[in-house]
Amino acid sequence: MLESSWLIPLLPLLAFGTIVFFTNRNPRLSSYISIGAVCASFALSVPVLFEVLQNPVASEFKFTWIDLKGFTIQMGILIDPLTAVMLMVVTIVSMLVHIYSVGYMAGDPRFSRYFSFLSLFTFAMLGLVLSNNFFEIFIFWELVGLTSYLLIGFWFEKKVAADAGKKAFITTRTGDLGFLVGIFLLVSAAGTFNFQHIFHQIEAGHIPAGILTISAILIFAGAVGKSAQFPLHVWLPDAMEGPTPVSALIHAATMVAAGVYLVARAMSVYAASSSAALIVAIIGAFTAFLAASIGLVQNDIKRVLAYSTISQLGYMMLALGLGGLTAGTFHLMTHAYFKALLFLGAGSVIHAMHTNDIWEMGGLFPKMRITAITFIIASLSISGIFPLSGFWSKDEIFAVASGYPHPIFLIVAVLVAFMTSFYMFRLCFVTFFGKPRDQHKFEHAHESPRVMTIPLMILAFLSIFAGWVGIPWLHKGYSSFVFFHHPHHAEPKIWLMLISTVVALSGIGLAYLIYYKGAISADKIKRKFAFPYKVLFNKYYFDELYSAIIIKPIIGLANLLFKFDLGIIDWLVNAFGNFCVFLSEVKEWFDSHIVDGGVNGLGWIFKKSGSYLRKIQTGDLSNYILIIFFGILLIIIFKIGL
Amino acid sequence: MITLNHYLALSAILFCVGIYGIFTRRNAIGILMSIELMFNAANINFIAFSKFITPTLLTGQVFAVFVITIAAAEATVALAIVILIYRHHKEINVDKINIMKW
Amino acid sequence: MENSVQSAIFYILAAIIVCSAVLVVTLKNIFHSLLFLVLTFFSVAGIYVLLHAEFLAAVQVLIYVGAITVLLIFAIMMTAQIYSPALRQSNQQVIPGIIVVGILLVVTLTVLGNTTWRVSEKLPASQSVNLIGKSLLTTYVLPFEVVSVVLITALIGAIIIARRD
Repeated sequence: MLESSWLIPLLPLLAFGTIVFFTNRNPRLSSYISIGAVCASFALSVPVLFEVLQNPVASEFKFTWIDLKGFTIQMGILIDPLTAVMLMVVTIVSMLVHIYSVGYMAGDPRFSRYFSFLSLFTFAMLGLVLSNNFFEIFIFWELVGLTSYLLIGFWFEKKVAADAGKKAFITTRTGDLGFLVGIFLLVSAAGTFNFQHIFHQIEAGHIPAGILTISAILIFAGAVGKSAQFPLHVWLPDAMEGPTPVSALIHAATMVAAGVYLVARAMSVYAASSSAALIVAIIGAFTAFLAASIGLVQNDIKRVLAYSTISQLGYMMLALGLGGLTAGTFHLMTHAYFKALLFLGAGSVIHAMHTNDIWEMGGLFPKMRITAITFIIASLSISGIFPLSGFWSKDEIFAVASGYPHPIFLIVAVLVAFMTSFYMFRLCFVTFFGKPRDQHKFEHAHESPRVMTIPLMILAFLSIFAGWVGIPWLHKGYSSFVFFHHPHHAEPKIWLMLISTVVALSGIGLAYLIYYKGAISADKIKRKFAFPYKVLFNKYYFDELYSAIIIKPIIGLANLLFKFDLGIIDWLVNAFGNFCVFLSEVKEWFDSHIVDGGVNGLGWIFKKSGSYLRKIQTGDLSNYILIIFFGILLIIIFKIGL
Repeated sequence: MITLNHYLALSAILFCVGIYGIFTRRNAIGILMSIELMFNAANINFIAFSKFITPTLLTGQVFAVFVITIAAAEATVALAIVILIYRHHKEINVDKINIMKW
Repeated sequence: MENSVQSAIFYILAAIIVCSAVLVVTLKNIFHSLLFLVLTFFSVAGIYVLLHAEFLAAVQVLIYVGAITVLLIFAIMMTAQIYSPALRQSNQQVIPGIIVVGILLVVTLTVLGNTTWRVSEKLPASQSVNLIGKSLLTTYVLPFEVVSVVLITALIGAIIIARRD
């Protein structure tokens, strides 16, 4: 069964090809092909998971792709528990998003294209998690970035969307540069691309520590770009300009998790370099805090969720940086489900209200019961309320953070958990409860079609129960399946769970008081903390900062170079052109006077001589006969030798 | 004593006079007459040779008959052509009928 | 005696022939030159008689003097310009003509003088008319018939060429 798992990524690729080349004109058929392919991938992934569950070792299937003297590049698949989990996450979320999109994208003029992109993305993502070497993973990494670009800018008629696509692509490329250099550094030291070979060499201590640390940090740069960690987090909120299902699939559940997956996959590298690991943890913690604080004040429903995603990814990085592979990937899995649910729920609301601004919504609960209930379930889950899946995964992260000698990471984690529950329920209360703020839009609101609500319900189910595989009292649970070197059975810490629950509930309570009861006026707080509010509302002015220190100088440089081009290079080119013109004028004079003169002169000679010689032909018969006879006479004279 | 050379010399003179006529005559009929002179010169030759070289065979005389016949035919056709040219060009001087040049 | 008479006759005839031939090619009036042509023909016929070719002399008179001359007269009559006295009858190449002809004459006479003829001493056949008739219809019957065809072809051709259509 495992041998044929290469089919899993290939089926969506086939669907992509089929849609692009054959069924582009038929949107309905295109969507069916796309959904069918991803469903088949899911169906193939399930037995892979079970097989790995039974025998949790890494199995590798590969073939040589490029064979150079003494150095080969292979293509192949690596299936271990981490891959199996990622396969499930990607295929399930992708499948549900595909189905949801049929409803959400209905009537779009580029329906077929949308589904072909989705299929291509699914292919790339599955290929990424199945890769067995750095070369292959980089290819899929870039392919994922490409599809992300295509889908963010899917409605490219909107300048904002097109700009957001470019921003996402360029920002992640900045990180990818580091990733690429890191790969080269590591590979040049190890002599192979293969993950397992490299990790064995690291564990055997064959690779110098300096190179290891530098390449670890550089590879982490790639993860920073893809997972929208500080300082490359600016692209993700803008990426919300894409269709909402795309946000759910790519920019919440799967692609942005690729960075986390990469760090998890390269865990050996970070385990061997404590300073690099610490950097990962610090960046993760800082990002988690930063994004959560921005999320507190945003008004766009999707942007709040986007900052929430950045924050949660920061959590995962924090866990991984502290060596908690189990905790990080576990949170990756649960987060994928409830964040996909949140986005799809938000999509459902947007579909109904045709706006992203939460202050134009309100009181939607009676009108959109399924959406509202599933959304609240997801919010509870992300807030970490017992016994939903978010509780278990967040608890794992707290446990890892508490294991670090200094309490700073735990404090940050708890603070972020508080903020998370607060902004999530701020969102819930404002959107679904209270009075409708825009009566006109409210009246038109309606529950979304079945094709959209069923994926919501499935995801709600997963948001509740997916975390149960990691309940710490289960000794054959998630922690004994995905682990680094040896299973990490943290003793369940009741006091941590209590703190977590209390913090979450207090966040919810605060949101309830402010936005439901109105007991505390939000405006008053806003006025009281005017400066922090402004800073947060403007996202710490990161965009402005980048614009000032990176984009402006680059544009200035470009202008300078433009002037250089115009002034020097163009001048040189023009001067050369003018010189050529001058040369050709000289040559033209030579041609017209010397060459033409010669030719014309020759013609003139023949013409003149002809005009003289033609007089010989008098047309007078007497003349002719005289000359003929004279000729004959001469012949006779010569013949007889007189 | 009149020898063969006398006759041949006469014939040569007559022939040369005829050639001269062809060279200098403008009138087409004049040229035809010059040609008749040359025919006669040829006939004198034939008959003189017949008389002095082969007196018994008369071959030369027979050929002279043929020459006269051909001369008659030639004169007929040539005069017809002259008349045709005259009709076309209203002209009988050959140096005026010089359209075949340049 | 006989020889000297013959010589005298020859020189007279030769003088007439040469003089009248020169007049034929030089006279301004084409009709006059035609008359001298007739004189030439007659004199040539005389030469034939001297050469014991009586039949040919008769033919000469009949055909040349009778037929061809009449033909020429008709042609001259039909091309009416001849009587215009202003009309020049010779072109500009009199001098080159004389030169070329002079060279030809010199060449021919030189050749004649340098050549030895195998002159036969036999007497010429009497009754030449008889013999000519026989050989025309025996030995030379094919050329004879061909010539007759040529003649009739020429006649028909002349009629067709000169026909006014």
